[in-house]
Amino acid sequence: MVLKAEPMLISMGPHHPSTHGVFRMRLVLDGEVIIDAEPMVGYLHRGIEKLAETRTYTQVIPLTDRLDYLGSMTNNWAYVLAVEKLASIKVPERAEYLRVIMGELMRISSHLMAVGFLGNELGCTFTPLLYMFREREKIMDFFEMVCGQRLTYNYMRIGGLSHDIPEEFLPAVKKFVAEMPHYIDEYEQLLSENEIFLARTKGVGILPQELAISSSVTGPVLRASGMRWDLRKADPYSIYDRFEFDIPTGKVSDVYDRYLVRIQEMRQSVRILEQAIKQLPPGEARAKVPLLLRPPVGEAYAHIEAPKGELGFYLVSDGSIAPYRCRIRAPSFTNITALRDMLIGWKIADAVVIFGSIDIVLGEVDR
Amino acid sequence: MTVALSGKEIASKIGEAIPQAVISVADMSVTVKSEQLFQVAKLLKETPRLEFDFLVNISGVDYLDYIEVVYHLVSLKHNHSLVLKTVCPDRDNPVVPSVVSLWRGADFLEREEYDLVGVRFEGHPNLKRIYLWEGFQGHPLRRDYL
Repeated sequence: MVLKAEPMLISMGPHHPSTHGVFRMRLVLDGEVIIDAEPMVGYLHRGIEKLAETRTYTQVIPLTDRLDYLGSMTNNWAYVLAVEKLASIKVPERAEYLRVIMGELMRISSHLMAVGFLGNELGCTFTPLLYMFREREKIMDFFEMVCGQRLTYNYMRIGGLSHDIPEEFLPAVKKFVAEMPHYIDEYEQLLSENEIFLARTKGVGILPQELAISSSVTGPVLRASGMRWDLRKADPYSIYDRFEFDIPTGKVSDVYDRYLVRIQEMRQSVRILEQAIKQLPPGEARAKVPLLLRPPVGEAYAHIEAPKGELGFYLVSDGSIAPYRCRIRAPSFTNITALRDMLIGWKIADAVVIFGSIDIVLGEVDR
Repeated sequence: MTVALSGKEIASKIGEAIPQAVISVADMSVTVKSEQLFQVAKLLKETPRLEFDFLVNISGVDYLDYIEVVYHLVSLKHNHSLVLKTVCPDRDNPVVPSVVSLWRGADFLEREEYDLVGVRFEGHPNLKRIYLWEGFQGHPLRRDYL
């Protein structure tokens, strides 16, 4: 006897533990298998692009903190870079180095969360995640030292940073950089060869390279699909051309590769941190920039390799104190374009894992 | 380093294949007529040695007299970039051909600009609001909204 079954429509989210925020997937299921999927976003839309039009250039910086709230430093950075490009402002050498240090710490912290929550999604609930929280906590302490905040830093300024680092910062970071490779070994011991982890991630949610490129996917997801594309190398901004590091890529383009790319990227970030701390020059941490900056009429697009992918700001200036248009190119938003293709054919339990492997933050998707 | 291709060179290449498509040229950008946008985008994607295989971003900008749609393009193969623009003079009914069939990444980006700036992308497979709800009046990123 053949059972006749009709496709079932399931709304996963907006409140679901695996979605890391308010995100909804409209899934069409045949039994347990996904035959169609549609991501539904907008639950966290705050109109940041519109808000930016009513604030001065400096006042927009705290708004950018609220995009990808696990990567506030890099959000600040991408924005100030765009303003500096628009107004042709030169940043002091020391500030560039400090920005690189902050950016790489942020990348480690963001990847820790990506990998840790991926473990949660697989069912190894909280054990790996708490190991990773241990190191993230230290990074948050560093950020608290420099700017007093632990989540929304508002640390970068147009032309540099809000202040120079305090005395205790460098010794603490040096200690952390020396220890971090061992911690990463520890995570790998827990996960990389864990049988259940492998069974749930190997070969799951494959994103072919051509599809990744055509879908404007960036960051670790694109690199896991085998494309060696990292803006720190491809279009070095700030002073990234002075550091030696590699770009890890994946071969199979599955969830496991995305995990592995993130782990290896953390190791590379540690390498960059070592070099940046060694080369850090003395000097000013901020150029003299008027508080009510009026960039010349024109437009600029600046992008950086944020932890989740290419984060870009397209600013249009009409010569006034507020941006005429502030368009944000958010990596999390464009990365979910390919979600449907990754999900189809997999079971609903895998949907959670595949979704987690893209590593999105809803603050950035919805803006 | 990503090389920003000169607008002039690209404009002459576009002019050879699609005459009268280019409206104006700047250092790093080319503005084309919205009717020919799709042909131009296809040309940029498929011409050897240009091969813009990656769509970085789509932005809609409301200049009150007209609406401009800006495409940031990159070629991962050759590591060069270009800013392609198009203009919709009719602000009440701005229409631009969709480029989803060339770059899948345009799917959400076009829906977003449709939602917030109110540009209609003709030929988009699923053009509906993405952030705001169906039935919402107006497009918030227009300069005269509020």
